[in-house]
Order: sequence, then C-alpha cells, then structure tokens
Amino acid sequence: MSATHDVIVVGGGPSGVAAAVELRRRGVRDVVLLDRETELGGATRHCSHSPFGMREFHRVYLGASYGRRLQQEALAAGVDVRTSHSVVRLGDDGELLVSSPHGVSSLRGRRIVTSTGARETPRSARLVSGDRPLGVLTTGALQSYVAFHGLMPFRRPLIVGSELVSLSAVLTCIGHGARPVAMVEANARATARQPLTWLPTLLGIPFHRGAEIVDIRGHQRVESVTLRHGERLSEIECDGVLFTGRFTPEASLHLLGDLGVAAGSGAPLVDQHGRLQNPLYFAAGNVLRAIETGGWAFREGRSVGRAVADDLARPAAAREPVRVHFDAPIKLVVPGLLRSGDRLAAHAFRHFQLRMTRAAAGRITLLLDGIPAWRYSGHWLPERRILVPMPPGAPEAGRISFVFEENA
Amino acid sequence: MTECVGHEAHAGAQQRARAAEGRFDVAVIGAGVVGCAVARRFALAGARVVLIEKGADLLSGASKANSAILHTGFDAPPDSLEHTLVQAGRAEYLEIADGLNLPLVQTGALVCAWDAQQADKLAAIEAQGRRNGVQKLRLLGAKEARQSMPHLSERLVQALEVADEHVIDPWSAPLAYLTQAVALGAVFLRHAELVRGSFDGGWQLQTTAGRVEAASVVNAAGLFGDLVDERLGLPRAFQIRPRKGQFVVLDKAAARYVPRIVLPVPTEITKGIVVCPTAFGNVLVGPTAEEQEDRDRATVEQATLEMLLRKAAEIVPALAAIPVTAVYAGLRPATEDKAYRVFVRAEQRAITLGGIRSTGLSAALGLAQHALQLHAGFGGTEHPAPAVPMVRMPNLAECRRRDWQAPEHGEIVCHCELVTKREIVAALNSPVPPGDFGGLRRRTRAGMGRCQGFYCNARLADMTQDLWPVPLAVKAGDAAR
Repeated sequence: MSATHDVIVVGGGPSGVAAAVELRRRGVRDVVLLDRETELGGATRHCSHSPFGMREFHRVYLGASYGRRLQQEALAAGVDVRTSHSVVRLGDDGELLVSSPHGVSSLRGRRIVTSTGARETPRSARLVSGDRPLGVLTTGALQSYVAFHGLMPFRRPLIVGSELVSLSAVLTCIGHGARPVAMVEANARATARQPLTWLPTLLGIPFHRGAEIVDIRGHQRVESVTLRHGERLSEIECDGVLFTGRFTPEASLHLLGDLGVAAGSGAPLVDQHGRLQNPLYFAAGNVLRAIETGGWAFREGRSVGRAVADDLARPAAAREPVRVHFDAPIKLVVPGLLRSGDRLAAHAFRHFQLRMTRAAAGRITLLLDGIPAWRYSGHWLPERRILVPMPPGAPEAGRISFVFEENA
Repeated sequence: MTECVGHEAHAGAQQRARAAEGRFDVAVIGAGVVGCAVARRFALAGARVVLIEKGADLLSGASKANSAILHTGFDAPPDSLEHTLVQAGRAEYLEIADGLNLPLVQTGALVCAWDAQQADKLAAIEAQGRRNGVQKLRLLGAKEARQSMPHLSERLVQALEVADEHVIDPWSAPLAYLTQAVALGAVFLRHAELVRGSFDGGWQLQTTAGRVEAASVVNAAGLFGDLVDERLGLPRAFQIRPRKGQFVVLDKAAARYVPRIVLPVPTEITKGIVVCPTAFGNVLVGPTAEEQEDRDRATVEQATLEMLLRKAAEIVPALAAIPVTAVYAGLRPATEDKAYRVFVRAEQRAITLGGIRSTGLSAALGLAQHALQLHAGFGGTEHPAPAVPMVRMPNLAECRRRDWQAPEHGEIVCHCELVTKREIVAALNSPVPPGDFGGLRRRTRAGMGRCQGFYCNARLADMTQDLWPVPLAVKAGDAAR
C-alpha cells in the first residue's frame, strides 16, 4: 500500500503549479506536484518568444526563466515538488503508478489534478503523404533543439500552419541561422490575428494560403515538398518541414485509463469545478482545450485548485453530471459537464469556452432545458476563444446544449 | 550539454570494417532479417562470415516494415518450400527466443468472415491448415469469437481461430541474430553496396566499402536480389516486383480493444488488411498491396491511410476514437511468382534466397538452416562448431518488464514509449550500434510514440551528435553556413 496524499498534481506547467500553490494557500497540507521533466514550466520552458508572467507575477519572463519562477513559487508555498517523475497510469481509485530514476512506485491521492498540457499534432497523425525522411518535426521539437541543445535540424524549412506558434517558429528559425522557404496554410486565411500575420511578408517569406502539402520527398533528409493550390501543383525545395500548431491535449493517460476523453477535442471532460466524471479527478490548463496562453492556464489552475480545496473541506457525494451537447462546427465546450446540487463555494469556470473547427458565420444559442439562455450572432474563426457567460441556474438544468445556426 | 556516448562503439565498428580484409568462408549480401539469420547460422556452424549491407544499418530495406506476426504457416501453399521454412523458422524462434530474451506475445489470430460468402471459405482454410500441420484450429460462431475479443464488430458472421499465430518484436529478433553472429566473429560491413562480383574458385566482391574475398556467397538482398545476382554474374532467374504496403499504428489506448490478431479471409489477390496488436502495446492496421517499379521509395498516401482507418473502425468500431501514433510504408520483394525463389549454383558456390515476401520474419531462421544445408553440398568448408555465445537483447515488449520499471534507469527520455536514458546509452554502445536514427528508433523505440519526437527528438539529436553520417541536426550557429 502506498501513502495517501491530500492532492497529487500531475504536470508542472503554469496550471499545475498554480493549482498546487493555491491548494497550499488554502491550507491543504500534503500537496505533491509531479513532473516528468527535470524542471518545472511545461511548454513555457522552450517558448522563447512568448512573454509569460505579466498577469500572475507582474513582470515578463521568457522561456525557462518563467519555469524557474514557477518552481520558486511552488517550493515557497510548501508544495512537495518531484521532477523526473513520470506518471504511467492513473487509477480509478486515485492510485498512480509512477516511474522515477529510482524505479517504480505507487502514489495515492485523495484528489488528483491532471494538468498535462498539450502538444502539437505531428505529421503522422495528420496523415500527410510522401516519404518519411529526417527533418520533419514540430515547433516544440525545434524549440527544444535550440533552447536546450544549441542545435538546428535544418536550414531551409517549409513551415506548415499560421497560428501564433507558427510565427514563433519563424522567429526561432531566423534567430538561429535557418531561413524558412515558405509558409503554408490550408485555410483561406491565417489563423493568427493581424498584424502578426504580416510577419512572414515583412521577412520576405512567401505565404501560401489555401494550399496543402500533397507530397514530401527525400531519401534521407527532406529534399522537396509538393503543394496543391486548388488544381495547381507546385514543388518547393527545402530541407525540412515544420508542422506547427494544431495542438492536441496531452491526455494519453486519460485515454489509457478509464477516465476517457471527448471525441472532438481529445480532452477529458470536466464540470464547472474542473472535476471529471470520476469525482476524485480534476483537470486544468491546456489538457482541457488545446490551447490557451500560459497566463490563462495559470488562472485556470488557480481556480481549479480552489475548487479542489473546497471539495476536500466539504466532501459531499458528487452527483452524476449532465453532459453539455453541441454539434459541428463547434469543436469543444469547456466545461463539457455540469453537476447540480453542488455546495462548493464558487465555480472554477464562470464561462463556457467554445471553439469552432472552421470559420463560420451564424448564431450560437445556449439552451437550458430547451429554453434559450444566451444567444449571439457573429463570425467565428477556428482556434479562437469564444466565451459564453454561464447562467447561474445552468448546473440545475436537465439538458444543456449549444446550437449553431449557420448563415445561409 | 552534449552527452558523449557511443563514440567508442562507433570506432569499434570502423575497426571491424577494416578487418574485412582477408578471406571469408561466406559472404552474406543484405542485412535484412534473412541475411541476419543466415549470418548467425553460418557463424554458429563455425564459418568466417561477412555480412555486406548497402545501408547504414541492418533492416534498412524490406525488413524494416512488416506486421510482426510469427506465422504458423496455416495458410501457406501446402508442400511448398515457404511452408516448410516458415514452420522450421518458427520452431527455431520458439526454441531460442527465451535465451535471447526475445518476446513472444501469445495472441492467437481470428480469421474473420464478415459475410456468408467468406464464411463458406473458412472450412477450406481450416482443412488447409490441418494439412499444413497446424493443429490448434477452431471454427467459432460469431458469439464465441466475440467472447475472446468483445470489441469485434457485431457484423461478424463466423471466425476461424488460429491459436498459435503470435506477435513478436520484428526488430530485436534480427538484431539478436546479427549480434550473436558478431559475437562469433562475423564482420558486419555497412555502407557496402555490392558493385561487382566474380568467381574464380573463390569470390572476389567489389563493394563501395572495399574488396571482400569469400569462398561462397549467399544473396539475401531482398528488394535488390535480382540485381545482386546480375552483379554476381549469375543467370537472372527471377525479377523483383516491389509491392508496397502502407500501415497505420494506433495509440496504445487501442490495445485493450485488440487482444488478438484479426485476419481477413484471403482473396486470390491478397492476404488483405490485418488489425493486430504489436509487442510494443500499439495496434497495427495494414498492409495494402500496391505494385510499383521503384525499389527505394515507399511513400504513404493520405487517402490510403484514411481507408485503413475506416477499415480498422469497421472491424473494431472502438478504434474510430483512437488517435494515430505513426504511419509507415514498406516494400515487399515480390517476384513474378508467389513462391520463394531459392537458387543454388554449386559450381559457383552461390545461393540466392529471393522473393521472400511477407513471411520473411517467420521463415528467416528456417531459410538460414536451409541455406546451410545447401551450402554443405558445396563441400570444403567444414569447421568445428564454436560454443554458442550468450546474447541477451534489451526487452522492448510490453508483456515483459521494461527498463522504466527497473531502478536506477537514469531518467525517461522518450515519454510516450517510456524509453530510459540507460536504454539509449546501451544501444549506442552495443556490439551492433545503430547506424542512423531509424536504427536507434528500432533498437529502443525512442521517438516512435504518439508525439513523434515533440518531446525527445532534440535530446536524441544531442545524444547522437557526430555519430552518424546523416545527423539529426547541426550546431545552431553552423546552420547559417
């Protein structure tokens, strides 16, 4: 039998650290924070272009320094921080199987918070055609090359995607001696907002919108890529392909166990307190919805930490949650569950957060037991945050659904 | 931070390459699964062996992509050489696997009939299996079959259970064969493409890595078998017609839905698409069978991969929700004839093992025994058999204890596949170290998981700096040049 901790937080990025610190602040004694890397910070450690910390620490940090600040916060708050600890299995009963350099052990928590973040979808899962040479990677891998090892995997990459991270990838390349040959976006317009999308043009990098990769060629390393714009094919010589963005929750532990993930988002479903179907488990941060900023994840972690503390202080049998229904092109709704009759002080989530799978114009309606509770017409782009205030009575509804009526 | 490992092993390999001077008893051409097994068998028989490989590592051709099934031969053409050698190879694998620490995942297979027409064929397949000496066969009703695999689609009509079809680690096995051969003094020559060979009582082989002399040759060149025969000046007896197979690997979350190998009822044209568990805890869907001219290029194609995913979800509906981990394609060395193309030219002391298609992994050890027997007919190279060297492969299979479960593993470098630093260092310093990134992946599984290197690729690049002719990366400052 393993010792039982009050709370085990899995994943030491912004949301996990914020949850752990908040739990300690609220008097929860025994909070363990596990991270599989050697340092805390999660994805922020290798993001050298996004500034972090403005809202939560009132100053700007870049890359690994933000992770070190998180580590300080966690240690100062009395969190039991254990790095190089990989959680291998999440048990239904709150028992975790953990591998550390010392071997395998079991840890049990009265509550578990999973804050395992997100990663980019690699070429394989995008089912891109062609050879499989060296030089095909994601921004996360590229930034690790540069930030941790001083290495570059290519000199003339083609960049796929036009999210914020794609622009960060361009800067990483330029700052380390590589020159992107082109940027490619399958949609008709860039995913990131202007004026950031002017960046490639300003740098003289051709930006192909509405184009997709139909072939990657290369015997050992990448040699060229074939693009299709409508009916037209064109070949671009390059020595690497960088697949950027299209983040996906790092929810493999949920998927491997019985916690489960939602089909569209690949994320675990949580209720208004960040609690999963299994009431021992909570989740916060980008594992819920790939992706938001580090600051957003931090605040979300703090809110969920508060809810967990509350739940431990006032344990009550959690009721069966009600699922929030929605249809395409809505990609996800967070929280995707609501629980009624809860005595927890405040909701961790005061809004529903929605995302669309594609650009769409029309009207979104929130129906509670068939009655419209919120309605808004507009034009939405993929991967942009849509916030819908949660009506106070929402958790008591028997049927909750978002309906999208697209403009003709 | 550069973690210097492997340099010593690399230098060792170079040294061994120079030791290729002198005369060998047998030169084996091609370090696929067959070539590795042949090198081992001859080395065990006391022969001085050189294994000539044009790639940077073993398994650089057809052998790197297969479905990792250890076949029983239940559906092999009766009384064929293929049937005999699959069974001999399988028997030897079962005998030596434990000693080499190679896994055997005893999944069994279900040949699934999805309509009445297919169900009608099962009895004949069963009869053929029995004629082929495979005993553990059972015709199952849909209900019974689904008891052993509850997530099979309800559309199932009937199934034939082949209890002894199993899953193995398709890369550690040939590596174990070669490691054993090398332990017996065999020389593994990489980047050594055969340019020309001539026989004058003995073989003079001109390779891109220098000249090699050997008394006999065994051509196990897979996709290039016919061309190698030609370069050896042997009569052209067959022609390779590469047949591409594309595969999709599903996330480990799929494993719970697919405890057994699911085989389709074969048609005249193809064995069809298999859904099967892997030794590493994933689920594999494939292969396709696509004829092509090119012997080098095995591309994946989006539409085909999507078809494989649809097919998988038709067979096991729960797979529709499982993310894709990896995709790959390989080429099988098919020829104009279905049968194995084995040719013996006693007067030139040459053996050709050609046209070994999808059953190569199962038959490799059998083919090696067969080659040694054929070679005995040449006479003149009798040696006392040496003691069998003890070789233990690092375990990569989920059914046995992995290194991450053991104390003091250093740290986990590849989180998706739970590969430890200790495993990577061990592979880089092994007697047959990887010659490229693919070789490291096959030896350790690092980078093979769901993130495909998002987390570990850079670390692996660092750990392997200066080891390979084609490195993963260069110093960031050098990239500008």
